[in-house]
Amino acid sequence: MDTVLFVNQLLNGIQLGLILFLLAAGLSLVFGIMDFINLAHGVFYMLGAYICATVAIASGSFILGFVVALPAVLVLGLATEWLIVRHFYKRDHLDQVLVTFGLVLCADTAVKYLWGPQGLSVPLPAWLGGQVALGGITLPAYRLFIVAVAAVVALALWQVIARTRVGMMVRASASNEEMARALGIETRMIFALVFAIGAVLAGIGGIMVAPITGASIGMGNQIVILALVVIIIGGIGSIFGAFVAAIGVGLIDTLGRAYLPSILGAVFSPSVASSAGPALASILIYLTMTLVLVFRPSGLFPPANR
Amino acid sequence: MKLATAFLATALMATTAHAQEPIRIGFITTLTTPAAAIGNDMVDAVNLAIDHVGGEIAGHPIQVIFEDDGLQPELGRQKAEKLVRQEKVDVVSGFIWSNVLMAARRTVLDSDTFLISTNAGPSDLAGKLCSPDFFSLRGQNDVVPMALGQIMNERGVEKLYVMTPNYSAGTDMAAGVENTFEGEVVGRDFTKWGEDPQLDFSAELAKVGASGADALFAFYPGRAAIFARQFEQSGLADRVKLYTVYTFDQIALPTLQEAGIDVALGSVTVDYWSPDIDTPANVKFVEDFKERYGRLPSNYAAAAYDLIPYLKAAVEQSGGDIKDRDAVREALIRADYESVRGRYSLARNHFPIDNYRSLEIAPDANGAWSMRSDGLELAGLVDPYVDQCGNDS
Amino acid sequence: MTRSIPAEDGAKLTSAPARPRPATDCDLVAAFVILAALAVAPFALAAIGHDFWTDVILRAMILGIAAVSLNFIIGLGGLVSLGHAVFLGIGGYSVGILADLGIDNGPAQLGAALLFSAAFAWLTGMIALRTRGVHFIMITLAFAQMVYFTMMGLRQFGGDDGLTINYSTTFGPLDLGDKDVLYYVVLAVLGAAMLGFARVRRSDFGLLLKAAKGNERRVSAVGFNAYRYRLAAYVAAGTLCGLAGFLDANFTGFVTPSAMSWISSGELIFIVIVGGIASVSGPIAGALVFLLIEEWMGGLTVYWHFWFGLFLIAIILFARNGLVGLLNQRRPR
Repeated sequence: MDTVLFVNQLLNGIQLGLILFLLAAGLSLVFGIMDFINLAHGVFYMLGAYICATVAIASGSFILGFVVALPAVLVLGLATEWLIVRHFYKRDHLDQVLVTFGLVLCADTAVKYLWGPQGLSVPLPAWLGGQVALGGITLPAYRLFIVAVAAVVALALWQVIARTRVGMMVRASASNEEMARALGIETRMIFALVFAIGAVLAGIGGIMVAPITGASIGMGNQIVILALVVIIIGGIGSIFGAFVAAIGVGLIDTLGRAYLPSILGAVFSPSVASSAGPALASILIYLTMTLVLVFRPSGLFPPANR
Repeated sequence: MKLATAFLATALMATTAHAQEPIRIGFITTLTTPAAAIGNDMVDAVNLAIDHVGGEIAGHPIQVIFEDDGLQPELGRQKAEKLVRQEKVDVVSGFIWSNVLMAARRTVLDSDTFLISTNAGPSDLAGKLCSPDFFSLRGQNDVVPMALGQIMNERGVEKLYVMTPNYSAGTDMAAGVENTFEGEVVGRDFTKWGEDPQLDFSAELAKVGASGADALFAFYPGRAAIFARQFEQSGLADRVKLYTVYTFDQIALPTLQEAGIDVALGSVTVDYWSPDIDTPANVKFVEDFKERYGRLPSNYAAAAYDLIPYLKAAVEQSGGDIKDRDAVREALIRADYESVRGRYSLARNHFPIDNYRSLEIAPDANGAWSMRSDGLELAGLVDPYVDQCGNDS
Repeated sequence: MTRSIPAEDGAKLTSAPARPRPATDCDLVAAFVILAALAVAPFALAAIGHDFWTDVILRAMILGIAAVSLNFIIGLGGLVSLGHAVFLGIGGYSVGILADLGIDNGPAQLGAALLFSAAFAWLTGMIALRTRGVHFIMITLAFAQMVYFTMMGLRQFGGDDGLTINYSTTFGPLDLGDKDVLYYVVLAVLGAAMLGFARVRRSDFGLLLKAAKGNERRVSAVGFNAYRYRLAAYVAAGTLCGLAGFLDANFTGFVTPSAMSWISSGELIFIVIVGGIASVSGPIAGALVFLLIEEWMGGLTVYWHFWFGLFLIAIILFARNGLVGLLNQRRPR
């Protein structure tokens, strides 16, 4: 096997996994703490990408776009929580799925109205557009940038949840809401905060991919399903589980796409193999989730006190 | 869309004093999704062409009903059904995407309506599923990459990597280039397309780099910026020369230039048409298009523009009644009109036999990125499927 | 109105009007009115020259059959499947692949559609029904996605582009390629499915399913195995949806993997909920509303999805028992 290629593909897989983690972390917290399935989570991924793209195109600075998009998504997240989502925490999952499906339709159409149907292409600063040579292996600089940013965010999130007072209140609200409220924790505030932070994390994910795939309508709708798969595999409510599962799914998808066509090519004709390979990679992801659901229904790393 | 059509129809009705029943054309293209830029270019071209022919064919006002396929074959089929059954159109035309055309094909042809593609040219429609009532204004899918394959031979490409989306046109394009390319094909990837397309090509581009290819053939219609940006980020540009079809066009190039994606410069493509073709029809088309819409037309627009003079010529040459289908069909086969590309003839499967020119992406006199002919020209290419077609002529 | 019934197994389940209703229920009346209207619709539409709308209604009826089948699982069983549309695809591809191989024999195609749907429902149901709540949602999604990606990867059967069916299914003199014939065949199947649903809902089988939805332990305590009843309902639902897929393939002459995507499954759930969960007339009412809104609003504005989304949110917020629920609202509950 070609090691240079393999290292490259590992990096690609980890990068996809980290983007998935940024989406899955918020989804998992909202699901774990408020018992709320949010199909509209991908909306914040899309909005992050669009706001960043708009500012970046107008100002010529991707970094400025990044900095402006974060508070914007935070505000939009709080508004969504306050207007709609909070009324559904106590409703059943079916209602949550449908109401967030409705939200997705509204948001996608609003974006189409505001930005047109064509999507935006995001300019990158020159220092991110090039390549970096590391020990004889040339890697795209921007991919390394994504890995670095996402890793920092993941670490910070983990520290906040595990070490800070706010994190403690979040954990308390998650494990027993009524008890937490009896102890004087303002759970409504905590819920709003958790939802908005989840939105911001998704927004960061969207901002990160925008320079690669561009910002387009509905970009969050398919990946949010993959993020749901990630939190089921990792264990609902577990940040660590979401992290491991996201990296795993990212690697299965990327390495599958990279190597399955040639592996299948040993048995089938090249044209069949190159078409079936990518499909098989996706099937493997869902197969993994099925096996987890059958043998460890609460996920690989369920949070301790649930 | 309906509103625009109604407006157009009433405007035309007023001028012709509703003496004649209109000729109704259903036009299916993509007006949503990132590919809407292509669809809008086609719509603009059709509207311009209608004005150029005076809004009528043999005294009948022209009425076009534009419908959006949303890039989905099933939606395109539903729209075709609606055009045929509810709008009772005489012709269904348009079609950027081969898979949409294939899905709509049976609906249109079974209802004895002419089907005229202004872009898509799937292999099955050129071969085993060809029909007397189907016509195309652009070469069959394979032919363009076949021409490009020959150009690669001329330019001494030895090892080629092929990347296309996994749908009917994508596999046709790959088959076409591999048909004529004489060097070694060192790798091939078909990426997921459709409603949830794969947009991150990192895994595939890494394979290109490792394969030792000296050229990459790519076909990513409507996704030029994304593809070129990632090709640039991969750092392959120094080692691997980029050859594309239906990807870097007049719609994509301004965007690419604005975003500063320099890898597009120097890449090679091939086409039957470009804005600088010096026929009277083309000069008028390009000038007026630029004046009215403030941009250069694309090759999608050129073929869509041709539809109107093509139909007008065929109907008027056959006695002025589009319902006289046999006579109109005969005239369509003769294709006796001034196309923007000049004169051409049809093969037995009703695909045009065109000349193709090798084009390199380079800045023009004003610094705007455009296509420059590098002198190579291939004449009279016919697709490899025509022998399977059962048409009489 | 807006309280959910807490279920015991830790999972939140759908709340629905669960008690049997009097025979004069508006729901059954609505069902008969809708079926009668559907029976005369083609004549009425032809008379005013709008026969395209017959196609829209036909499509709604096929979706209605699929929605009735989903109602067995969601409405009676309280199990939300986000992969039900896979059966539309299995039924459709049974026709498409056989036709592609040159077999246009009606009984063979129908048999294949029913057999494969039932077998797939049985195999996946055995695994999926061991889970509850959101896990059931996700595992049904997983099974559907696996089939979706399989068909996507098989280029010989069209892959992503879908598969055009060039021959319609024939049963002796009965040609399903004839739109008029197909219309009344679909109407008959829809009527039978609705009647079947009404009967099952009042049968011991249906009552047991509903009881298990409310409290599974109590059902097991009295000696019934809820799992086996659920599996039976799941297989029946899958088979009926496969039949809808078979009819759809004959209607459109085209099958595509996107018919099996989670979006299609989501639309089916939406139809059931908008129409009125666990009701007889709800699924067809929901399907008609869904398609008529799509056609009508789609013609008015390209931004119609926005209003559609708002409509959806409003239904969930204010009309928890769907359109049919509105009919029954004034009755004492």
